[in-house]
Amino acid sequence: MRPFDYARAEDVSGALDAGKIIAGGTNLLDLMKLGVETPERLVDITRLDLKRIDAFEGGLRIGALVSNSDLAADERIRRDYPVLSRALLSGASGQLRNMATTGGNLLQRTRCYYFQDVASPCNKREPGSGCRAIGGATRLHAILGASEHCIATHPSDMAVAMQVLDASVEIEGADGTRTVPLSDFYVLPGDRPDIETVLKPGELITAVVLPAPPPGRQTYRKVRDRSSYAFALVSVAGIVSMKDGMIEQAALAFGGVAPRPWRNLEVETALAGREPTRETFDEAADILLAEAEGQGGNDFKIPLLRRTFRAVLGELTQGA
Amino acid sequence: MTIHQKMDAPDRRNRLDDMAQGVLSTPLDRPDGPLKVSGRAPYAHEVQPAGMLHGYFVRAPKIGRLARMDDAIARGIAGVETVISGATLIRNPCQGTANAAPVQPGDDIYYIGQPIALVVADTFETARAAAMTVTFDIAEADRHPVNPTDYDTPEDKQSAQGDLDTAMAEAAFTVDREYTTPGHSSAAMEPHAAIAEWDGDKLLLRGSLQMLKYNRNEIADSLGIDPSNVRLLSPYVGGGFGSKLGIAPDAVGAALAAKETGRPVGVVLSRQQVFEATMRRSETKQRIRLAADADGTLTGIGHDAWVSNLPDESFSEPVTQATPFLYGGAHRQIGHHVARVSRTCAGSVRAPGEAVGIVTFEIAMDELARAAGVDPIALRIRNIPDQDPSGDIPFSSHMLAEALHDGARTFGWDDTLPEPGGRREGEWLIGQGMASAVRVQSLMEAKARVTLQPDGTARVETDMTDLGTGTYAILTQLAAEMLGLDAANVTTILGDTDLPEGPGSGGSWGAGSSGASVFLACQGVRQKIAEALDTTEEDLTLKDGMAIAGNRSVPLSEILDGPVEGDGHIEPGDTSDAVRQATWGAYFCEVAVNAVTGETRVRRMHGSFAAGRILNPKTARSQCLGGMTFGIGMALTEELMHDPRDGHIVNRDLAEYHLPVNLDVPQITVNLLEERDPWANPMQVKGIGELGICGAAAAVINGIYQATGVRVRDLPATLDKVMAGLD
Repeated sequence: MRPFDYARAEDVSGALDAGKIIAGGTNLLDLMKLGVETPERLVDITRLDLKRIDAFEGGLRIGALVSNSDLAADERIRRDYPVLSRALLSGASGQLRNMATTGGNLLQRTRCYYFQDVASPCNKREPGSGCRAIGGATRLHAILGASEHCIATHPSDMAVAMQVLDASVEIEGADGTRTVPLSDFYVLPGDRPDIETVLKPGELITAVVLPAPPPGRQTYRKVRDRSSYAFALVSVAGIVSMKDGMIEQAALAFGGVAPRPWRNLEVETALAGREPTRETFDEAADILLAEAEGQGGNDFKIPLLRRTFRAVLGELTQGA
Repeated sequence: MTIHQKMDAPDRRNRLDDMAQGVLSTPLDRPDGPLKVSGRAPYAHEVQPAGMLHGYFVRAPKIGRLARMDDAIARGIAGVETVISGATLIRNPCQGTANAAPVQPGDDIYYIGQPIALVVADTFETARAAAMTVTFDIAEADRHPVNPTDYDTPEDKQSAQGDLDTAMAEAAFTVDREYTTPGHSSAAMEPHAAIAEWDGDKLLLRGSLQMLKYNRNEIADSLGIDPSNVRLLSPYVGGGFGSKLGIAPDAVGAALAAKETGRPVGVVLSRQQVFEATMRRSETKQRIRLAADADGTLTGIGHDAWVSNLPDESFSEPVTQATPFLYGGAHRQIGHHVARVSRTCAGSVRAPGEAVGIVTFEIAMDELARAAGVDPIALRIRNIPDQDPSGDIPFSSHMLAEALHDGARTFGWDDTLPEPGGRREGEWLIGQGMASAVRVQSLMEAKARVTLQPDGTARVETDMTDLGTGTYAILTQLAAEMLGLDAANVTTILGDTDLPEGPGSGGSWGAGSSGASVFLACQGVRQKIAEALDTTEEDLTLKDGMAIAGNRSVPLSEILDGPVEGDGHIEPGDTSDAVRQATWGAYFCEVAVNAVTGETRVRRMHGSFAAGRILNPKTARSQCLGGMTFGIGMALTEELMHDPRDGHIVNRDLAEYHLPVNLDVPQITVNLLEERDPWANPMQVKGIGELGICGAAAAVINGIYQATGVRVRDLPATLDKVMAGLD
């Protein structure tokens, strides 16, 4: 860990453009110990008044410092947004969830082995140095949205659920407040995998806004290498409403398979108004996986995603 | 008085059964338990002397030869005292019982992660930050490939009896399959750590070490000093699992840095360094051939293993160690092949040999049971040999059949199950699996001293270690039993090379060997008391601080006018070779496999184990629980992943090296089958530390087959491998 300055922000404006933001530190501190992150100045925002969950335009406004534990346990979340509560509880461990914050979770860095190892070239860590993951150990890596410069996945479960809930991110910057739909918040790696979101230097996430609870059933299913405390190989967040035995509307987001929480509206269009049959699900999965490409060690994610997708849809449409 | 016993003949006196205190073989809580859970048991890196400096290793990022190292930036950082490098650092830890320095490679880099310099600074953080600034030029050098390709076939590790090829050709049923297991890491909770302090020529080193008697010689040889100038302290060890059998780079680095700086130096490996720079279990490729007649009786057994290690390492994973005597069959062939690779050193990890060799063999036996249509338990019992077929020597005791019967009964083994894939609960396919357990048993030379005070307190002293296994508990119980004292009045002192040389913890020999030395030391004390009472040791009863002989009952305080000391010395002898000694057991488990994803969950697991006299059923059971937990890990999740191009370990932390978490481990039950094995030692005790893992993973793999019809032969059975065989 390189020596760094530390300051505590007293208000939101004091946190803007003041240095590398630290909240729960569950990811940043590990990366600093590894030499992956080398901030010169840390700005601790944990004293800011961003820890409330408020009713907001029919939905909820979640302060950026609400802990994963508190968010998962919130009565309104559990009742109206169970997909989010489930996603949160499937991540990390109780101790980590107590520390991890809503804003920080959105900005988690990838678990790519090569990103975490400073001896390996990595375009995300050091733009232009190359991607050592390609041709290496790729069990954790992306099958969708990757580029020849980076095949890392986004590790968050929470963000996948927020993606399916059409959440927005409230961002404070020198020019004031702006709200960005989560679907526009993350950017694909392309030739600049070091740029992961539309956050500009100096900006701060202050809240996540959830719209009014959607109709239908919700679930989050995470498939991983052990029962707990492992990152998703594949995860599916789903919300499906039914009418007269037909799928009225389906929203689906996917984790563990792409550099960002993955959502493909064509998949949802293909499901709307259809009978919930295996054929319907497979047709939608064909659309989802049309561009999927394995790296060798993660080829299995393609059939795994299809199978999990079908199972989640089966569960959400059965008997409804 | 020194009581010496060499095990040249079975000891059938069963003297421990004559004792009266009744504390042995009870589930005594570990005396060190309260200290550990309240943070008062100091581990290696916690006793930090004033003025201690911190060392942090610089890791080789590339294989080759170090042409230039630039540490100017590091040396310029405030707080940095020195950077140690050069010929005296060690390449990798010593192998167990090596008793001499490992390779000291100088500028040669044999694997990625090799510690090549130690930055020493006033704080750990400064040392770590400075270590990251060191840069190198690494030149190409002639090195072995990173992936095992060219295998040697050492002559002394091959054996054959009869004609296996013909037996295979003529058999009613055969299995001829290849199995693979990945590398494993011991992954002890406590990272490797050492604190070194010099007083003139004398080195005091606090370490996290399993075998002090050998470790002292290893560090002395590495430093080029006389072993008499080295004192090691290792009273508490936060898990070893083989990785701390020999000294590791932290110990030598700390000693060198302390010498150079004239101040105490502590070195603790980071979690990533523990994975890279200590021991891995070699990956294995195995071919198993089984030939059986129509009722499943084995006529032939073949077991070939391919393993790897760095050059100049004598250790190679003894995969087939127990194969020769587990089952009968006249025609046999054992093969062993070693490739030299440029990867992290391979060494002892959790029951080297059987942990992977019996697992694959027991999967093969399940395949044979399926092929022959024989119940898997019946198949095993049918093939238990009358004597060790490899040496035509008798077994000292044989409890496999008992363990199989007892385990099946306790577990509720259902021998009327439908065909694989026939039982389903929602998305989950349910199956049961079983496997035999076997582990070689050995005795090592050991010494101990026991001192009894007139006030009825006693002290046990040896340089033996407790890795969290229960050594403190069982040695305390032994002395309390032999001397007729409450366990609370016995203090056991371990982990100090100033004390009599114990056997160290490894190979499951700790309890039997160290215990025997304490047993003998207590006999020495008892003899002196007997003499004072004008009786014999055999006729003396000690209980609750009283000495009882004939119709006399006298408090110890009246007999003793000062401390009484006894020294015990046990040595292995002819019983090691005259009979085949082993421990036995059987595992049973129920698994659920998700029909969609291939995820496997072990629902319940049982093990029945026989390891001679059980000194403490609580600590013995805990050893078995731990072994079976690691068995679940071996079956489902654990795998060292190497980069295919440069061989480095990519999953170097506990987030990505997947040990089982609580949710992966179901209700596990353990039955301990008491026996007396007079050939093992004068206590009739056998080792139990490793038995719980020696075959455990096979029960899970066989359960997956029963649940799904998918036979996984490439461990671990991660969901992708199972899913590939599902509809």
